[in-house]
Amino acid sequence: MDFGFLDQLWVARIPLLKGLGASISISLLSIVVGTVLGVFVGLALTYGYRPLKWLVRGYTDFIRGTPVLVLVLASYYVLSTVGIDLGPFQAGVLALAVFCSSHVGELVRGALQSIPKGQTEAAKAIGLTFPQTFAYVLGPQALRQALPAWVNTAAEMVKASTLLSIIGVGELLLRTQEVISRTFMSLEFYFFAGFLYFVINYGIGRFGRYVERKTAVPS
Amino acid sequence: MTNLLEIRDLHKRYGTVEVLKGVDCSMRQGEVISIIGSSGSGKTTMLRCINMLEEFQGGTISIDGQEIGYQTVGGVRRRKPEREIARQRALTGMAFQQFNLFPHMSAAGNVMLGLVKVKKMSREEARAVAEKWLDRVGLLSRIDHYPGQLSGGQQQRVAIARAIAMNPKLMLFDEVTSALDPELVNEVLQVIKALADDGMSMLIVTHEMRFAYEVSSRVIFMNQGRIGEEGNPREMFLKPKTERLAEFLKTSTFN
Repeated sequence: MDFGFLDQLWVARIPLLKGLGASISISLLSIVVGTVLGVFVGLALTYGYRPLKWLVRGYTDFIRGTPVLVLVLASYYVLSTVGIDLGPFQAGVLALAVFCSSHVGELVRGALQSIPKGQTEAAKAIGLTFPQTFAYVLGPQALRQALPAWVNTAAEMVKASTLLSIIGVGELLLRTQEVISRTFMSLEFYFFAGFLYFVINYGIGRFGRYVERKTAVPS
Repeated sequence: MTNLLEIRDLHKRYGTVEVLKGVDCSMRQGEVISIIGSSGSGKTTMLRCINMLEEFQGGTISIDGQEIGYQTVGGVRRRKPEREIARQRALTGMAFQQFNLFPHMSAAGNVMLGLVKVKKMSREEARAVAEKWLDRVGLLSRIDHYPGQLSGGQQQRVAIARAIAMNPKLMLFDEVTSALDPELVNEVLQVIKALADDGMSMLIVTHEMRFAYEVSSRVIFMNQGRIGEEGNPREMFLKPKTERLAEFLKTSTFN
């Protein structure tokens, strides 16, 4: 019996699709949660009172200085020793979200700090309160500023989702490896998986550029 | 009748450096006062204290009898709540050296933001007010342009429209022509002059001596954190009483 690659692909379609779905959910969840957390991190880094700022600064430096794989392993193995029992999927997403939040936090801080002081002063001068200034003047400018780097971070999260295969989450890479161990078609299936990751990240990149164009300020 | 602006014994320090060493100044409705002086004399700082862009450590500033920024309760001087300070800032309008237009909003959007969010106008009302003021500064045809599409002089005129549309009791101009190319200075000065002719109360920090001479009802010369000399422009520029002012005028271009 000699099955070609396409036949094997057809046979393996269900686990691979499930793997792809898992990869996408892991990435989406960690990007969304990480971004929401990251915005708060960025706000604390920019506007927080000193003790809070130091605390959050310590958090981001620590997380950014740690390999993502270590975060994933720690989240899965170490948290259970202190009584927080997470499944591999939850532990993995948590690790990635935390990682994402420290990066997004830095992006947000950088974007906010790059806005000239005069913007805040002009907003104050017409009587805006700080929340209003943030919502209508600083936020929208920071968003545009941070968008390209944020798209990069999102793509990084998709790539980092492969690390969850180590703790046994059935995402695309692990499913691919399982298929390969049955079919020994390593070149074909790795290439296929790589292609899928490329498509996802290419899509994210295109989406980012689309949003950039849509929100571009005429000049 | 209370004065529009009453500054008493204003003291301002940055750390240990005292930049305002007791400034007293009062201003009536409709007056146009130019503040001149060399850089570092405290003129811009004084202006910025009036709308609380700078904190100040001593003295009081009142607009229409309302004390700005601080209140003294039981002998303790405290900063007023931020919401109250924001409300008080709307009593004055300010135009800046660097224009500080919001780059992500059109000219109309810049003017409308305060009207909608602070004055709680509907967008239609705000748009009508924006149209009126952009017309007054000669930029109705640029109403939907973004700051990046406007020249420096045009940006500054939009910034003035943005401030004045809020219907402030007092306009503050902080070296509004210093960042402009020489050929664009005039269009901005014309706008300010027109506002002065309409009876707007204005405090103008400027290096344009000819303009200060022509537009002001009174001139204040700041020197090392104090008022060095003040009077009507004719006396000030033609017959300075103090050595300092005479020296300062000698080094400034009067053209």
